[in-house]
Amino acid sequence: MLAKRIIPCLDVRDGKVVKGVNFEGIREVGDPVACAEEYNRQGADEIVFYDITASHEGRGVMLDVVRETAKKVFVPLTVGGGIKTVDDIRETLRAGADKVSVNSQAVQNPQLIRDGADIFGSQCICVGIDAKKTSAGNWTVYINGGRIDMHLDLLDWVKQIEQLGAGEICLNSIDTDGVKQGFDLPMLKAVVDAVNIPVIASGGAGKLEHFAEAFQKTDCSAALAASLFHFKELTVNEVKTDCRNKNIIVRT
Amino acid sequence: MIAIIDYGAGNIFSVKNALDYLGLENQLTDDIALIEKADKIFLPGVGAFPSAMKMLESKNLISVLKEQAQKKPFLGICLGMQMLLSKSYEFEECDGLDLIPGTVDKIPASDLIIPHMGWNKLEIQNDCPLLKNLPEEAYVYFVHSYMATCADEKNLSAWVEYGGKVPALITDHKYVFGAQFHPEKSGDVGLQILKNFADL
Repeated sequence: MLAKRIIPCLDVRDGKVVKGVNFEGIREVGDPVACAEEYNRQGADEIVFYDITASHEGRGVMLDVVRETAKKVFVPLTVGGGIKTVDDIRETLRAGADKVSVNSQAVQNPQLIRDGADIFGSQCICVGIDAKKTSAGNWTVYINGGRIDMHLDLLDWVKQIEQLGAGEICLNSIDTDGVKQGFDLPMLKAVVDAVNIPVIASGGAGKLEHFAEAFQKTDCSAALAASLFHFKELTVNEVKTDCRNKNIIVRT
Repeated sequence: MIAIIDYGAGNIFSVKNALDYLGLENQLTDDIALIEKADKIFLPGVGAFPSAMKMLESKNLISVLKEQAQKKPFLGICLGMQMLLSKSYEFEECDGLDLIPGTVDKIPASDLIIPHMGWNKLEIQNDCPLLKNLPEEAYVYFVHSYMATCADEKNLSAWVEYGGKVPALITDHKYVFGAQFHPEKSGDVGLQILKNFADL
């Protein structure tokens, strides 16, 4: 059986790992290559590097970090942030990434998803989404690190993403991100039910049981967290042990 | 020296990184003389079957690969594994290298999430030297939307459960091996499988 994945995310700025709370109050915590190696030792199923400032400051992705990591860590690597063109995707994959995650750029230019999938294959195109609940009760998609509401309905967007050929969705809830009260289960469930591609839950994990809860209450394929793992509040291995104890299939 | 066939497709650098990490001499190449000289051959691949076969053809690699596969250990990975089979129906009917009898078709979708992406547990069907020294629960990393079907179950060494039996490791029981998963992305288990291949 396919195992549920636990994915630590390394938010990176200027080659250093950072983590913001609701994208504000960034503080540095370390070297991304060393962090990736540590997560690999802990049993991470995949590692995500996200250049947190790239989409609004126009920074490119940190290809050297990816290159160094790919020489030492033999689990899938995903890189997001600042990927605007097919050439950016090509460069990132050639540096050793297995997937790219496109977010703001995909909203502004959906053709990037189709072109990326056609040229490199759906399997390496993950679409990252930041979404927030509206007063009307639906969710809308935000860009530029959660700063700009595109007034684009989340469920319309995820269906479009799937049709364009994306291989995966990484769904971050702006409402729960950094709050540590658990993943946004209603939003997650709505998205998982709307598409037939893997969905990664992101934003809100604060305790051990939040991971198992996401897998028990929705059919999401993976769960991602950043600060929780950075600040050593939990290890990947502890999360997997808890899941296993609750009969959720995870990689040993 | 292990020749990693560089025909313009796929994430060949990951395979190279993993072999380098294990200290195994290797070279990315599309040079026929070098492929003939190599001790072992790696055929990586990500992407679509017909275009990958066309790329092999345009580099005149098809006959040399078929010939070398009768003489030295040969490992196809992911699409490289699927190309070992007789025929694929990805987009259009297309001939493969025909080193192991069988076909490639879309994973029967029904209610499955496609692609089959993530870590799945190997179930051993037949003894295979590539599966030596693995832990009892050996998880490996998959990402694919098409799957192989062997004409003869004896060619199937290991499979995983994903809406049915999905072939994971196939062999002709001589020199040819194919892994649907990515050993170069499968952590310590994957590195052990690569080491086992290098030790053949």
